[in-house]
Amino acid sequence: MRFGVLQFPGSCDDRDAAHACGLVGEAVLLWHGDRDLKGADAIVIPGGFSYGDYLRAGAIARFSPVMESVIEFANDGGLVLGICNGFQVLTEAGLLPGALLPNVGLRFVCRQVDLEVVDGATAFTNLCADGEILSIPAKHQTGRYYAPDLDPDLVVLRYATGHCFNGSQDDIAGVRNARGNVFGLMPHPEHAVDPLTGSVDGLRIFESMAAHVGAAHVAL
Amino acid sequence: MSLSEAVALGLTEGEYGLIVERLGREPNQVELAMFSLMWSEHCAYKHSKKLLRTLPVEGPRLVLGPGENAGAVDVGEGWAVAFKVESHNHPSAVEPFQGAATGVGGILRDVFAIGARPIAVLDSLRFGEPTSERSRYLLDHAVAGIGHYGNSIGVANVGGEVYFEGPYEQNCLVNAMCVGLVRRERLIRSAAAGVGNRLVLFGASTGRDGIGGASVLASAELGDADADKRPTVQIGDPFEEKKLLECSLELLDRGLLVALQDLGAAGLTSSSSEMASKGEVGVEIDVRRVPLREPGMEPFEIMVSESQERMLCVCEPEQVDAVLEVCARWDVGGAVIGEIIAEREMRILDGGEVVGRIPVEALVDDCPLYDLEPAPPAQPLYPAPPATLEAGLDVRETLLALLASPNLSSRRPLFEQYDCLVGSRTVRRPEQADAAVLAMPTGGAIAIAIDGNGRRVAADPYRGAIEAVLECASNLACAGGEPLGLTNCLNFGNPEKPHIAWQLTEAVRGLADACRALDVPVVGGNVSLYNEGGEGPIYPTPVVGMVGELPDPLHAGRSGFALEGDAIAIAGPFRPSLAGSELAKLRGEPLPDGLPEIDVEAVRDAQRAIRDFVRAGRLSSAHDVAEGGLLVAVAEACLAGGLGATLELGDADEAQLFGEGPGGFVVSGSEAALRELGERVELRVIGRVDPGDLDVTVGGEELEITLDALRHAHGALAELFA
Repeated sequence: MRFGVLQFPGSCDDRDAAHACGLVGEAVLLWHGDRDLKGADAIVIPGGFSYGDYLRAGAIARFSPVMESVIEFANDGGLVLGICNGFQVLTEAGLLPGALLPNVGLRFVCRQVDLEVVDGATAFTNLCADGEILSIPAKHQTGRYYAPDLDPDLVVLRYATGHCFNGSQDDIAGVRNARGNVFGLMPHPEHAVDPLTGSVDGLRIFESMAAHVGAAHVAL
Repeated sequence: MSLSEAVALGLTEGEYGLIVERLGREPNQVELAMFSLMWSEHCAYKHSKKLLRTLPVEGPRLVLGPGENAGAVDVGEGWAVAFKVESHNHPSAVEPFQGAATGVGGILRDVFAIGARPIAVLDSLRFGEPTSERSRYLLDHAVAGIGHYGNSIGVANVGGEVYFEGPYEQNCLVNAMCVGLVRRERLIRSAAAGVGNRLVLFGASTGRDGIGGASVLASAELGDADADKRPTVQIGDPFEEKKLLECSLELLDRGLLVALQDLGAAGLTSSSSEMASKGEVGVEIDVRRVPLREPGMEPFEIMVSESQERMLCVCEPEQVDAVLEVCARWDVGGAVIGEIIAEREMRILDGGEVVGRIPVEALVDDCPLYDLEPAPPAQPLYPAPPATLEAGLDVRETLLALLASPNLSSRRPLFEQYDCLVGSRTVRRPEQADAAVLAMPTGGAIAIAIDGNGRRVAADPYRGAIEAVLECASNLACAGGEPLGLTNCLNFGNPEKPHIAWQLTEAVRGLADACRALDVPVVGGNVSLYNEGGEGPIYPTPVVGMVGELPDPLHAGRSGFALEGDAIAIAGPFRPSLAGSELAKLRGEPLPDGLPEIDVEAVRDAQRAIRDFVRAGRLSSAHDVAEGGLLVAVAEACLAGGLGATLELGDADEAQLFGEGPGGFVVSGSEAALRELGERVELRVIGRVDPGDLDVTVGGEELEITLDALRHAHGALAELFA
């Protein structure tokens, strides 16, 4: 299992994401200016402030050369995970529905939150049970999910009651596309992969992806 | 140029005379601008350098000491940890968001200038009472600025402290500390070398922002006209700095550089002249080769601009193309602006025409150093704080009032605005332990804390400064950390006034004695003087930051009670007194004239014992008794662990319940572990951890306080942001 982790100027959690991926497979960093995905089985777009995000979060990264390849990869059915800024980039790129707006409090918030698994049957959550609670940190200023016409079947994760600090519609924390191969979430599973630094619940996302890709390989 | 122009730029008549003597002529505009910055208090430390020489700077683990961009200590297996604290007080008082943001930016650059990757930021903030609208505004914007910069660049903000006191009303303090990680062999110094080697300026372009920041803003008292000084505050661009950071580290990884230096106060002038001075060479710079943000900038403006996010490096001529290629890859501007010359002078050209020539030594080393003329004040310097606590409160009401007071309430509304996780190293986050704990690539960990207590230093500069060092070391001990090095930021008023000189002299003496007693070297730091507004000086505020190590992050200490049934004890040579305490402040009592004597060796021994027991996993929790005293410390341990406690305190009086002083620790663990700890330090079991409330029996009375009541009181700061 080879994960490709994108690296934009302004990416902050790129090394963390690569570390998390490295715990369940191999991780390669993919530079924003290159179109080569280096044979990755899945793509992770990490957190941070791509190109400074001075315009609107993710609005510039979406036009980068590497994203052209990622969009093609996703359209061919490849697995794409967007975390925080990566989620913002995926909505800007039209790979995921909706948009991320500034938090209701208009402040950056860094907090360990509980997430409820709404759909434990996706390529990204197949090792979780429906209704299971994951403890994963969230840290962002622009994480209020907004998608008025969203198909409710696309919701994968919700903030548990009392844990949604950003004002997201229906407490939505993570959504997938209709095909099920693209997933974005605001909380940071890559920061919940080691008991030493908090919880290990985030590892399940990466393990689920590896399980999905592994199963696909077996099927072939 | 004339004397009056020199005085307008902050130089004295005597200093101007010396400049004329050293040059053998009057300086021109470029030269005078350069001198006025380099000979400012901020750059030349002319009132503090002699004192700083009295601080101990040697230690077995020292890798880089004072004089480099940041200090560094060895953490084993070829790794070093670099760190430094710096102030950005006056810019923050004038423009809090940008002032605080660029304070973070500046200290980050200091750390990556020596080749270290910044891994943590801590901050120490002081404002006037939060009843003042201006203080709330400064706090809100300074915190937002720190968060904006640190979060955007991806460096974890793992700890800090905030205090509110009247004397900071006009002159807030914003001190930021950065910690970095580096392979020892990758450390790079700032000394320029190699005649003919090129000077490459890279990063942001140079504009008219921050001209005179170090002199007219940082080295003078604040006053009514400060709104006019807003243009001297720089504007930060964390994205530019993020690229600059990655670019600098890649240049070093590829071995392309001879020397590296960040541009901070006094911009190109100080960075280039200090590189030349350390390397015992000269530099030639052509200002027309400097990429500019706006047309028509004068040579002197280019030389002293404090535009942010710039670095200066020295490389061999054949490496220039490779250096510029790395810059281009990171979309960072880079330009060759000059070269190293054998003559030890700063030669400034404007398109080939010489517009300034100054001997390096004259600029960097010849600024006169002044002797302080210390004299203790004849009468109290600071008015008594306003009383905010009603008389006749019982123990329960007093505890809740203390927990809800601005200086003691939870900092959660502030630190939640900072990313404390990025980097995947944070083993202990804010409010989990007395010090932040970060995992190291060696398999071990470091503990980091920053501390200062201006009010107690104001009451007794010598003992107050000792307490600040002990407090910081106690915080490390509770996390299991052994101190390796210390950095300090000395925030004081106008040193030309005898009573301020006395505060400064006494505080530095206290710092030096405490560091010697703990055997901790000072690896570097910063001095911020002239912190005065129209209503007088700030409380003298030495802020100390410490880095310690612990062998096993799995055994990093926690401050919160963790196990029902554990015994709770007060350990250490704790001699609490209400003099200068938080309770005395809330009651409106004037500062005492002096603090009680401290047995520094006994406190040090207690720290060692606590540290050993934490590291061995023998204690469930350890928490230093600080502001608010014993009961507040127990309440904090309850809240941090989400558990209650039952305490039996006999006939403890108010001083024992709420008094302050160094050397006290609230610890919990098995009775056997506490008994053994009691063989090494004074220790008294005072109760037991239980699932319910905080129940205290004292003076024959039983009090019952629910965790919800404690939590509600402790959450009082959130209202300031409502």
